[in-house]
Amino acid sequence: MSEIVKFTIDGKEYEGVKGQLLVEVAAEKGIYIPVLCHWKGVKPAGSCRICSVKVNGRFMAGCTTPLEADMKIENDTPEILDIRKAIVEMLFVEGNHFCPSCEKSGNCDLQALGYRYQMMVPRFPYEFERRDIDASSPKLIIEKNRCIFCKRCVRMIKDEQGKSYFAFKGRGKHLQISLDKKLAVTMSEENAHKAMDACPVGCILRKEVGFAVPIGKRKYDHVSIGTDIEKLNK
Amino acid sequence: MQKVTIEPVTRVEGHGKVTIQLDDNMNVTQTRLHVVEFRGFERFVQGRPYWEAPVLVQRLCGICPVSHHLAAAKALDVIVGAGTGHGLTATGEKMRRLMHYGQMFQSHALHFFHLSSPDFLLGYDADPAIRNVIGVALNFPDLAVQGVMMRKYGQEIIERTAGKKVHGTGAIPGGINKNLSIEERDYLLHGADPLNIKKMVEWADSALQFFKGYYMKNRDFVDNFAYFPSNHLSLVRKDGALDLYHGVLRAVDTDGNRILNDVDYQEYNKYIEEEVRSWSYMKFPYLKHLGKEKGWYRVGPLARLNTCDFIPSPMAQKEFEIYKAHTNGKPNNYCLHTHWARLIELLHSAEVIQDLLNDPDLQKNDLVVKGTKGNEGVGLIEAPRGTLFHHYRINKDDQIEMANLIVSTTNNNEPMNQSVNFVAKKMMNGQKEITEPMKNAVEIAIRAYDPCLSCATHALGKMPLDIKLVGANGEVIDHYKS
Repeated sequence: MSEIVKFTIDGKEYEGVKGQLLVEVAAEKGIYIPVLCHWKGVKPAGSCRICSVKVNGRFMAGCTTPLEADMKIENDTPEILDIRKAIVEMLFVEGNHFCPSCEKSGNCDLQALGYRYQMMVPRFPYEFERRDIDASSPKLIIEKNRCIFCKRCVRMIKDEQGKSYFAFKGRGKHLQISLDKKLAVTMSEENAHKAMDACPVGCILRKEVGFAVPIGKRKYDHVSIGTDIEKLNK
Repeated sequence: MQKVTIEPVTRVEGHGKVTIQLDDNMNVTQTRLHVVEFRGFERFVQGRPYWEAPVLVQRLCGICPVSHHLAAAKALDVIVGAGTGHGLTATGEKMRRLMHYGQMFQSHALHFFHLSSPDFLLGYDADPAIRNVIGVALNFPDLAVQGVMMRKYGQEIIERTAGKKVHGTGAIPGGINKNLSIEERDYLLHGADPLNIKKMVEWADSALQFFKGYYMKNRDFVDNFAYFPSNHLSLVRKDGALDLYHGVLRAVDTDGNRILNDVDYQEYNKYIEEEVRSWSYMKFPYLKHLGKEKGWYRVGPLARLNTCDFIPSPMAQKEFEIYKAHTNGKPNNYCLHTHWARLIELLHSAEVIQDLLNDPDLQKNDLVVKGTKGNEGVGLIEAPRGTLFHHYRINKDDQIEMANLIVSTTNNNEPMNQSVNFVAKKMMNGQKEITEPMKNAVEIAIRAYDPCLSCATHALGKMPLDIKLVGANGEVIDHYKS
């Protein structure tokens, strides 16, 4: 039987199920902790750190930390908001993100977080890494310039035998997402669709459907990211 | 020898400069319009997924991105097997037409009211401090408001068809991504004054009548300002009507003889070649069969009204007949008559918009057509400044491997150089001093073409003109920078 424990977020008291992940507990209370690598129901990776919160004075990843009794969680503080903004900026300078011609624009979580945290000029220098586009698969284009290494695709998109279509290749600065060419040939339409939806940026794209959704009908055209969670609190 | 440099050229889109060489007797020996920017879109679009081209390549320009957006989409229509021009669904084609004529309307209004009217309303030799759009607003507030609101109306159309006023996403390979809702239609048809189509038709007509009035009072100046014979090229509808969205390629010589007889533009490279000259980043296109010397041509409003047989809207057709009567039905080679032709097109655009807004096809939901896929396509459109060519080839993985763009202003490169030469000789030959009004006259000649020298998004602030006057020994006698 699940144990109910007391905790606070930004000084306000709540009750929740012990062991539940902080990002999910908070969402149930109408409090938005941003995520990029996390996907509900998939084993957490804690790779992007955009969900950083302070728990009892220490920085923790909200997507990997289970709820414990008497946790004092800081979420909406100037310090944490600035750290999250810095992480968004780092992700932007690390890849080559040119929103004006990206078909994920308006549906992109990274872009939406840039708007939410009012990112203007990044505080870090651009890396301008040269990366390829892999367009060899029949259904998908992998735009490696936009990958933020969240690993959602690696963890989520698998064939009937449980083999991942995606994997990381290389190390450190040379790390790249790659799609298994043999498996890609037989990828179902459903998996292709799922892969594009899972990608929080414009890295995994289904072929020949770009820009089919008009401006005004895209996910973040009228609402800021996180609004769906926060409206529970109003 | 002396050299005059006009840098930057003002009240045009983009950056350019003019150099004028004079001999010891202060006679003009050489003139050049240099375009000093390099863009590189044809190279960096390589490797991109083909469906990205209409959104990416339109970033060439902030004034008429719709032209690039649609020209690229038309080329991709061919690649996705939707055919050319009329292969789309009625909704797809008509939404694109509405977007395009909305753009034509805003761009022509912008050019006439914001860029050119200061020369007509305040005089080409007026104090440069007031010879600008602010001077127009102070001295002719009603006209200035019309200019601003007409541009706004065109932009409102673009927003409702492309999703955004600048750099939208409406046209996709094989069609369009939205129709026009009843609310959007009613806003454009019956919006509060002045933002409704009835007022726009009225104002377009009054702008045209204003220019004609100016012309009647200043006929000698307008007719004699810059006149030189040339060929003219544009798209025309198959029946010879003016059509700014789609048609066949027609060119006429200075006497009106067909030198390109309604050919399919998919084969444009059979007919047109581009020459590179070391002193400019802008290429010089010409008709292959006539060669470099005789094959250059004009594009844009003047050319379009020289190639087409009639205008398929009643008010503009009536004006077209008056306009054609001036040259006895022969091609018009008066440089400043381009403004007249542009305003007839402004009126025509308003009439076309009115017809389209009343067309129920715009509310239908059949938006996209696809057929047998190919790997190469050409898209042509009549942009505000003239015929615009987009040509793409893709590889087996759907990536663009070749792109060739011949931008409207590029087609007008030689004519603009001819105009500069004509006006510089007329104004400066034998003069002891090169005055500011003389230099502005050179700019007026360029401005008549409404050039988009860079296809202009990165030009911030005022658009610069630079004129240098260089003496026989190469020394700079006078250097004018606006």
